[in-house]
Amino acid sequence: MVTINIGSSDFAAILPILVVCAFGIYLMVQGVLAPRIHKLTLAYIGLAGIMIAMVSNFYLLGIETDRAYFEGMVFVDKLTVTLNFIFLLTAALCLLLMTSYSEQEEIEFIEFTPLILFATAGMMLMGCAESLMIIFLGLETMSIALYVMAGFRRFNRFSLEAALKYLLLGAFATGFLLYGMALIYGTVGTTNLTQISAYYSENALNLNVMALFGVALLVIGFGFKVALVPFHMWTPDVYQGAPIPVTAYMAVGAKAAGFAAVLRVLVLATGQAAFEWSQLLWLLAVITMTVGNIIALVQSDIKRMLAYSSIAHAGYIMIGIVAGNETTVSAVLFYLVVYMFMNIGAFAVAGIVSGKNEQHVDIKHFAGLGKSQPMLALVMTVCMFSLAGFPPTGGFMGKLYLFKAAMESGYTWLVIFGALNTLISVYYYIRVVVAMYFQDSKESVKMAAVLPGVGLVLLVTLLGIFYLGIFPGTTLSLLY
Amino acid sequence: MEDFIWLIPLMPLLGAIINGLFGHVLKGKAGLIASIAVLISFLYSVKAFLMVLDGVTFDGDLFTWIAAGSFQANFGLRIDQLSSVMMLVVSGVGFLIHVYANGYMHGDRSVGRFFAYMNLFVFSMLMLVMGNNLLLLYLGWEGVGLCSYLLIGYFYDKPSAAKAGLKAFLVNRVGDFGFAIGIFIIFTTIGTITYSGIFENVERLVSAGVVTTASLLLFMGACGKSAQFPLYIWLPDAMEGPTPVSALIHAATMVTAGVYMVARFSFLFSYSETAMLVIVIIGTFTALFAATMALVNNDIKRVLAYSTISQLGYMFIGVGVGAYAAGVFHLMTHAFFKALLFLGAGAVMHSLADETNIQKMGALYGKIKITALTFIMAWLAISGIPPFSGFFSKDEILANAYAYHPLVWFFGAVGAFITAFYMSRLVFLTFFGESRVDPEVEKHIHESPRVMTIPLMVLAFLAVVGGLVGIPQFVADLWGGSNHFHHFLEPVFAAANERLHLAHLSHALEYGLMLASVLIALGGIYLAYLMYIKKAIDPDALAAKYKGAYTTLYNKYYVDEGIDAGLLNPIVVMSRWLWHFVDERIIDGLVNVSAKIVMLISLLVRRVQTGYVQHYASVMVIGVILVLGYYLFS
Repeated sequence: MVTINIGSSDFAAILPILVVCAFGIYLMVQGVLAPRIHKLTLAYIGLAGIMIAMVSNFYLLGIETDRAYFEGMVFVDKLTVTLNFIFLLTAALCLLLMTSYSEQEEIEFIEFTPLILFATAGMMLMGCAESLMIIFLGLETMSIALYVMAGFRRFNRFSLEAALKYLLLGAFATGFLLYGMALIYGTVGTTNLTQISAYYSENALNLNVMALFGVALLVIGFGFKVALVPFHMWTPDVYQGAPIPVTAYMAVGAKAAGFAAVLRVLVLATGQAAFEWSQLLWLLAVITMTVGNIIALVQSDIKRMLAYSSIAHAGYIMIGIVAGNETTVSAVLFYLVVYMFMNIGAFAVAGIVSGKNEQHVDIKHFAGLGKSQPMLALVMTVCMFSLAGFPPTGGFMGKLYLFKAAMESGYTWLVIFGALNTLISVYYYIRVVVAMYFQDSKESVKMAAVLPGVGLVLLVTLLGIFYLGIFPGTTLSLLY
Repeated sequence: MEDFIWLIPLMPLLGAIINGLFGHVLKGKAGLIASIAVLISFLYSVKAFLMVLDGVTFDGDLFTWIAAGSFQANFGLRIDQLSSVMMLVVSGVGFLIHVYANGYMHGDRSVGRFFAYMNLFVFSMLMLVMGNNLLLLYLGWEGVGLCSYLLIGYFYDKPSAAKAGLKAFLVNRVGDFGFAIGIFIIFTTIGTITYSGIFENVERLVSAGVVTTASLLLFMGACGKSAQFPLYIWLPDAMEGPTPVSALIHAATMVTAGVYMVARFSFLFSYSETAMLVIVIIGTFTALFAATMALVNNDIKRVLAYSTISQLGYMFIGVGVGAYAAGVFHLMTHAFFKALLFLGAGAVMHSLADETNIQKMGALYGKIKITALTFIMAWLAISGIPPFSGFFSKDEILANAYAYHPLVWFFGAVGAFITAFYMSRLVFLTFFGESRVDPEVEKHIHESPRVMTIPLMVLAFLAVVGGLVGIPQFVADLWGGSNHFHHFLEPVFAAANERLHLAHLSHALEYGLMLASVLIALGGIYLAYLMYIKKAIDPDALAAKYKGAYTTLYNKYYVDEGIDAGLLNPIVVMSRWLWHFVDERIIDGLVNVSAKIVMLISLLVRRVQTGYVQHYASVMVIGVILVLGYYLFS
């Protein structure tokens, strides 16, 4: 007979997740019971919930770390805490963006706050997973919420199309993921990552096809979530159709969650047998960077451009994963934090410039922004330079750490590809800056007002990018 | 100590940010904010100095700045005797000059920008002297260079100012190039960039056989920053900047960075006799060479600029012969009296509608008395009249030079004679004799406002008594005192002094040299008196008689022209060829072709993105098949 021991310390280990879920359930019920409640009130309660979760997240550092809880289901270490922090901050920033976005679009809002909370809970589950089951549970919780959020502009054709495409392809990819998990379970006989890790490192030299296929299918499943080529096809269409705050949330949160799972499974668990997949990952990294950057060159729609850019950045992060050494985790985490700031900043500005119904999303609509809205243009410029990897922004230091991790493991050519890709990317990032400062706007663009919530987001991203660029050392030591 | 020292550089940085962002709104208040920022730094510097005086020093890291694998650069500060003196000079003199600038820059259209640069400069200079590693030193080093460039070219719509800024920047790059390589050599050999780590492992540089190379390369940087031959050519042109800038950057602080650096690395330099000899030779030559150029110049600020170059030469003689405390002592007294001279010159120009030609001045003594009196104090100090500050510091350097080699003393003494002469000429032509001022300007001559004269008076006080902290030991013995300054700095230079074993002079010789110094100074002043007050000797007739020598001096030995013809023009010709042929034809051609190819690929690849879900799913399936096939057949 199997006995399951669950104590209070187990619940302490998932305290932030519990907080977020509790607020999500409360807000969902509240929205139904009192439909006339002001939509912003819900958002602010949700924000308060995220803040409480963030505080309780630091409490995790106080409990016994580096061990598994819930009978080997979740794992608490510094990585868990950092990932939780990234997810919660992303959620807070995107929720702030959504408050003003809903003002300008006059869309229903009641379900949005619970949805973003549930998605965040799913991401946090992925970040602390010690079992394949928990990864799957988290991934699906996150994905289902995201499918709904993508279609939130429900009177807009593109938004609905985005939601449907995301759902169909997402379900398709989940099939591969689940099959991969099944194969691994069939090989090892457990879903516990530590035991899987032990099996793979013991049998590193004579893994059978089933064991290899299992991990390969996991890579494909995660590759879909983080948009690795050739599993990226959904990205531009969905990013373009979804409401901008949701796009930002997907581009940052979902990607970070995907990489969290990759770190847990590929680097920390099966990492002992890293050599087996390092060649595959190497190839995926190069293809992803190159395809993402090259197609981004010809995009004129800022959201599509940022979508391809996010694909390219998934490729850069893969460089760190391929490296597979002790600096990998800190380099990837650092990059995820930088990536969060610079993408949310860019999407926030795009959201303001696009105006009602997201009409002005072409790069030419940014013309003259340097004169008409100098502060917005400044934030956008900083984000673009950071995405392109210029010092003294965080983007530069982030790339430096990723490339350095790869160099230490001897992947010189991979770094050369990364550097060449960075070079290509400069073209399309700077194009936005050129438009803002060196071109005059031909048509008068009616922009959305900059509400305090968005202003706060812009300020946080700006400070974050510079802080990480100028004092990277302090952050790096905190992360992992 | 670490609880407050980080505030010292932070305050001016905050001031720079505030003035930089909101200067156009603050207008007149910008100067106030900037001055308060520097004042706070000064007060904390005093606090730090008092703690050092009690024997508390600090050398530690405040936070990790950059960590990349085994390489770690920390934001670490080192507060010891040397840096606390430098901090006092930088923030103290800096504060006075900031106050003065409030009056001098009054009514300028972009004071916010001016004070933002000034504060940024003070920040960089403080970083330079406070850091405990080469990276922070380099950060400060480049930071002051940048601010110097920005402030020389402050009047950017004036072509000569813009050009002078560029010249300063480019000449400094030459020196910094060597400086950077010197740092790299030290880092690759020893593997650390902290001062303490380097000093503990100097032996490794010696055993690797690079100690002389590294020292000389570091000194190359010092030559650029501290305007030593042949990299001095930027400093006279730097006078295009506003006068407070000349006082702060090009007299009191930045140009002494090289001297500070050599003093800081005294232990390293003490391992290379060759490097020290080179420093002495360059310093001696510059001291004499620059002084001669000041003889015939008629621009009040340029005379002071050549004088600064010459005085820096003396400081290098000091640190070159191993008399580090004497070099730093002269650095400090020079900061007082030279800042005073520049600010005085600024006050004169202020009174005379920006006239800088001393041939168009004269008899100003009665009209701007405070300016004139303070200027005279500084004149006596730089000429080396006891007991003014310059006398003690210069005398100490010359005495040590004599111990090193009498020839160095001889050239230094000749330089001192010339210095006394040209400074007297400047004072007599400006304040005494008959008035040659433009009658139109003459009507409006007025004393400068309080905000300008009070800093003058404070600096004059320092220029007069500043030398008393460093009375030579043999004089102090008379009443059982001691050379306080020397003793204070002792711990910093103890290691180097121990290696060098400086020769000691007999008391009789020391008295003799001191007497000679005084006579030389008086002689220079008397000659100038004969020529410009008594008119016993006609300077114009003298110039006509030795026409060749006069025109050579007047044209600054044609050094600038020589560099243009011998170095710059060939570079320009080659650059043009590289630009038009190599860059435009070959490189741009290659770049454009590859960019076009990438664009073409991009246009092709995007066609895969059809928008149909079934196509997307198919691509995924192909991907899955490829991935699994790879594992199946590998």
